[in-house]
Amino acid sequence: MSVNIKINNAVKKFGENTVISDISVDIKDKELFTLLGPSGCGKTTLLRMIAGFNTIEGGEFYFNEKKINDMEVSHRNIGMVFQNYAIFPHYSVRQNVEFGLRNRKLDKAVVTEEADKFLKLMQIYEYRDRKPEQLSGGQQQRVALARALVIKPDVLLMDEPLSNLDAKLRLEMRQVIRDVQKEVGITTVYVTHDQEEAMAISDRIAVMDFGVIQHIGTPQEIYHRPSNTFVATFIGRTNFVDAHYLANKKLVEVGEYNFKVDNISLEKNNDVILSVRPEDFLFHEEAKTSLKGVIKDSFFLGLNTHQLVELQHNKQLVEVIRESSLENELPIGEKISLSIKGHKVNLFSKDSKENLVKRS
Amino acid sequence: MNKKPKFDLWTVVMFGLLGLYGVFLIYPLMNLFAQAVIDKDTGEFTLAYFVEFFSTPYYFNTLINSFKVTFWVTILTIIIATPLAYIFARYKIKGNGLLRILIILSSMSAPFIGAYSWILLMGRNGVITVFFRDTLGIAIPNIYGFVGILLVLTLQLYPLIFLYVSGALKNVDNSLLEASENLGVSGVKRFFMIVVPLITPTLFAGGLLVFMRALADFGTPMLIGEGFRTFPVTIFNEFISEIGGDDGFAAAISIVAIIITTMVFLGQKYLSSRKTFTMTVLNKIRPEKATGVKNFLIHAYSYTLVSISIMPQFYIFYTSFKNTKGLTFAPGYSLQSYYDAFDKVGKAIGNTIMIPAISLVFIIFLAVLLAYISVRRSGVFSNILDSISMVPYIVPGSVVGIALLIAFNKPPIILSGTMAIMVIGLIIRRLPYTIRSSAAILQQISINIEEAALSLGSSKLNTFYKITMPMMAAGIVSGAILSWITMISELSTAILLYTGRTETLTVAIYTQIIRGNYGISAALSTILAVLTVTSLLIFNKVSKGGDLSL
Repeated sequence: MSVNIKINNAVKKFGENTVISDISVDIKDKELFTLLGPSGCGKTTLLRMIAGFNTIEGGEFYFNEKKINDMEVSHRNIGMVFQNYAIFPHYSVRQNVEFGLRNRKLDKAVVTEEADKFLKLMQIYEYRDRKPEQLSGGQQQRVALARALVIKPDVLLMDEPLSNLDAKLRLEMRQVIRDVQKEVGITTVYVTHDQEEAMAISDRIAVMDFGVIQHIGTPQEIYHRPSNTFVATFIGRTNFVDAHYLANKKLVEVGEYNFKVDNISLEKNNDVILSVRPEDFLFHEEAKTSLKGVIKDSFFLGLNTHQLVELQHNKQLVEVIRESSLENELPIGEKISLSIKGHKVNLFSKDSKENLVKRS
Repeated sequence: MNKKPKFDLWTVVMFGLLGLYGVFLIYPLMNLFAQAVIDKDTGEFTLAYFVEFFSTPYYFNTLINSFKVTFWVTILTIIIATPLAYIFARYKIKGNGLLRILIILSSMSAPFIGAYSWILLMGRNGVITVFFRDTLGIAIPNIYGFVGILLVLTLQLYPLIFLYVSGALKNVDNSLLEASENLGVSGVKRFFMIVVPLITPTLFAGGLLVFMRALADFGTPMLIGEGFRTFPVTIFNEFISEIGGDDGFAAAISIVAIIITTMVFLGQKYLSSRKTFTMTVLNKIRPEKATGVKNFLIHAYSYTLVSISIMPQFYIFYTSFKNTKGLTFAPGYSLQSYYDAFDKVGKAIGNTIMIPAISLVFIIFLAVLLAYISVRRSGVFSNILDSISMVPYIVPGSVVGIALLIAFNKPPIILSGTMAIMVIGLIIRRLPYTIRSSAAILQQISINIEEAALSLGSSKLNTFYKITMPMMAAGIVSGAILSWITMISELSTAILLYTGRTETLTVAIYTQIIRGNYGISAALSTILAVLTVTSLLIFNKVSKGGDLSL
């Protein structure tokens, strides 16, 4: 079954407090769509509105053409995976997985058959008669996923499903979720505050802050062309450097250094915020026309070495990443020369913090 | 999650419960209030009863007396029980399992039975008094009056503080104690600087419970108080006495009592809300072995305290097997007292099982619903219901009894003299405790579990009895057993509501003591104690050594 979720102008209030002011989003069929944002940004609230655990103060929610605003939770046909798994502790693994099927008054043989199928799919068949307390976190997560999927839900909702797992299991389960989601082919809304997890798992991501969607796009789009300064800092790391844009020459000036950029939607010269990812700086051994600075601190992280560089012209600190080398690293206090990969940078308006690079 | 309640099955349940409270709690209390401010003859508004109460030293002093006793009992219980709980948590005490059981046991009987036993031990002709007087030639002070009430109630109620503090110490991380030691503060100083502030909210909560129980206790001052009258005694006398007694006056005193308990309750709430901490415990405090003098002292303290508090129980047990001659004990041992007891008041045993059992069924049913509404539903009506359900907590038992009697001995509902009114009395009195323990259990169940069930297509009702109820079950059962134990030893409401047909064990014991039938009352007390111990053992089995919360 194909289901797309359409949300028009959603509003959520807790008492006088407006948590979500006006959100519209279109989630495509079979897509893994992630709501990403810092805690308190409204991502879980929005998910729970889709699920029906939160009331809806404004706007419309649709599964295909069916409006679900006032539909009972138990009639929405959703599969939900909770942060704490919410496994029924007094039921065995099998009883947990069968719970939803039993509520549908199906034939007993069908219930067993379907449950078996998903127990095997999630590789927990051998634990089927155990009680949840005898399972590890990862196994409980598998039970939760099997239980949510076995009822053939129209949509799958996942609320920070990996945040209670240790780092290694998190990577493993991330893969499991991704694989199963593609195999079953189900429209999925996934909530997380972990940007790396979101990038790894999602088809598309909505970055949220203050109850507003700041940017919707593929992981690549939001990383390379973040819509505003918040998204630029929340996804990956970036340096903001004060710069000046010369519209007629299509040049960005940083101190005495300048470089050419295309696709800027700015008609006249203006001060701008230049956003450079740490990996988009290039080192030059000899000083030509370049950005001059002094190394202030250095962190060796194995694959890469991160260095804090103080720019000579305005004393701003920027973070620069270089692949680690066997030779001696540049010592603290060393004067260096940098250049910037002009085609990868972003320019933000000083007032609105919006991205000035034209989207192709 | 903040959720606007929609009209559903729970709304119906909520209004049903509000209706029940309206009829069986609000109506009687309002009625009581009316009784206190309306002149019986003229039907006009009057404050005469209150004026009389506050202007007559004979009455007003009962209030002062009550306060004096209650205040000192609360202080003393905290002073003796807090170190005891700390010792039990910090050090290995030989036989601590047995001691714990004895501590709990000594709190489980009705206080007046303790009072009666102390009279047998240290009254004018008590065995200890006589021993000191005749053998050693020392006249020890008698225990009637203020000192006696203080002794009995303190020994009866300190286990509450002990249990509360023991529970609270489980939530104190051992690293806090270690950090304190590391920074140079240990021993007694650490106890006062670190431990006491951390458990202060618990001391307030436990202190409140002790305060309420001590204030409302009727049997102890009645038996051992002699000239020292507290106000439950006055209420009882005014209400029961055939000459000079006055319902309106009893009602007025009741209202004064409720106002005082309300103030204490609110004061406690205010104070403890400002001192609450949330702690996460990674390392529990584990008992260590103490050495030398310290080891001796902590053992001496624990054993002395527990022995004194359990002594009355054992003495009664012992006297129940003594021969009796007329009303007094005679040399030699037999089961005569038991034969007499069954002969005279055998029905009381049946009533003592029957009435609490019926009440218990209702209490569990109502408490689970009320707890669910209070924890999971928000909104005006849920809040009202929540507040009303806590009202009986601050209404002393004898006031509940009087209010019910006044309300239901006239149309439209006549219940006086029936078993129903006793059942209602017990339900009203015990419900707040069971609601609280059920609510505590429910709070530990993540709401996500219910949401998971809903998302899997289960209806609200189905979710409640397939998911929520089974998860609460263990906690509910152990809470129910505790309710049961308190109900079988209840006196202050029953003494007002009983008739010959509905007499319970505690009432029978009380009346036999008043009549001086010491043999029979000892036998009945022992039967009650056996019932209590059996229930406690079942509790231990069910809760797997879980915590007692009273």
